[in-house]
Amino acid sequence: MRDAIARFVHDGDTVVIEGFTHLICFAAGHEIIRQGRRDLTLCRLTPDLIYDQMIAAGCARKLVFSWAGNPGVGSLHAFRRAVEGKGGPPLEIEEYSHFGMVARFAAGAARLPFWPMRNYMGTDLPAANPRIRHVTCPYTGAALATVPALNPDVTIIHAQRADALGNTQLWGLVGVQKEAAFASAHVIVVVEELVEEAVIRSDPNRTAVPAMIVDAVVVEPWGAHPSYAQGYYDRDNDFYVAWEAISRDPDALERYLDDCVRGVSDRAAYLEKHPGLTARLKAAARFCSGVNYGF
Amino acid sequence: MMASVAARELADGEVVFVGIGLPNLACNLARATHAPRLVLIYESGAVGAAPERLPVSIGDPALVTGSLMVCGMVDVFQLLLQNGRVEVGFLGGAQVDRYGNINTTVIGPYARPTVRLPGSGGAAEIAIHAQRTLVVSKLSPRAFPERVDFITSPGHRSGGVPRTQLGMPGAGPVKVITDKAVLEADEATGELVLAALYPGVDPSEVQAGVGWPLGSRPRLGRIDPPTATDLRLLRHVLDPKRLHLKA
Repeated sequence: MRDAIARFVHDGDTVVIEGFTHLICFAAGHEIIRQGRRDLTLCRLTPDLIYDQMIAAGCARKLVFSWAGNPGVGSLHAFRRAVEGKGGPPLEIEEYSHFGMVARFAAGAARLPFWPMRNYMGTDLPAANPRIRHVTCPYTGAALATVPALNPDVTIIHAQRADALGNTQLWGLVGVQKEAAFASAHVIVVVEELVEEAVIRSDPNRTAVPAMIVDAVVVEPWGAHPSYAQGYYDRDNDFYVAWEAISRDPDALERYLDDCVRGVSDRAAYLEKHPGLTARLKAAARFCSGVNYGF
Repeated sequence: MMASVAARELADGEVVFVGIGLPNLACNLARATHAPRLVLIYESGAVGAAPERLPVSIGDPALVTGSLMVCGMVDVFQLLLQNGRVEVGFLGGAQVDRYGNINTTVIGPYARPTVRLPGSGGAAEIAIHAQRTLVVSKLSPRAFPERVDFITSPGHRSGGVPRTQLGMPGAGPVKVITDKAVLEADEATGELVLAALYPGVDPSEVQAGVGWPLGSRPRLGRIDPPTATDLRLLRHVLDPKRLHLKA
């Protein structure tokens, strides 16, 4: 992880750590904080706790997003302090809806300059974000909203498994990771398990990201905690609840970063700081029976 | 009470785009009672979800286990929502105005907010595309101003222009379910008016929680309290940890 971040994430880069609730790579975000990256443009549909931590740590210059809350709990307070001008590093924002962000990744992945959609009429979002524009359909004459392509410098995705070359399989909620990866100049894949190429070949429909677009494969079990990995471990909802009080108090947040992020060398050391965590969150077995790929 | 009233609005077999919090509870209550074939779609990509525990978030792993389909989010918004497949969308928000516009973005000016809220998520496009939407929000003058500070999710009239002229495919917020009454959009003007009262509630209490002179249907409906089955399911099966139900 240390090498992958050092090599592919630079000061001033546009960085995406995707994953919708599921498979959010906290381990990569923590390593970026440890390496003291600055002036990043951080993009994600839902900034979640990981970008709240990176904003608090001073990594971010700008945030591009569509829903900035702590799901089912409350606020991301480092984000709020920055945007409400109540302390912390200044933060520029560029805001869309989920459909807008998803469409930006789709355009980026297809190497198109923008993506058309029937959206945003009657809303104040285009007034708040002048990058949401309109185009007249050349076939029907209808007005369509457009969003610009998003092509990050680096996208980091977490997955259940990959082979050594980076052929990557994920299951459960797959969010927008595939499009974010294809849209990006560089891709880092972080996995729970490294498997043989034969395992990938036995179930090719499950491959979301092929090795041809992957620059680095990092094996980091429990790297998504407190997010989750379907079939491996559950979401740590208790930690998401606890974040409300931690992030509300800048001193408590700083202590958290010192203790659990800057104070550990890697994910293994992070896990040692949380005894009992793996036993508490380990997933139960719910296997599917598989399909016949024969011919 | 609000969860129970919201659940009754859902017909068996309908396709519902489920939001976080109370709507989630209402949809799962409907599925456990009169609407077992309700198709729950979560913006996270779970379609036909059958969660074995109340999902804490809309990305809960229990939404995947045993669902009919899991798709990527490009598919959720393009193939399901923009395609017109969603019959009912649930929305909530910090502010709901006279025409059912909803604000989940900022209190105060956008560039200098007093309170920064989470933003749209999928709400803007749900408000535009769902065949009809149901809004769930507790009454108070702060929550129901005459005009919202920011239109995140458009209702029946935005900047004075009716939604049909703005080209929105869906019918918009047909009902607003509150903690005292149900408001409905007047078919001619798009304005929210009082349509039905909860037991023991006087219309003046509803007006006290709304920041504009509230009109009324000619004949007010009466909302029955939750059934014993609803209460048992809500308190002991669906939300025993009181994640969404308050005392």
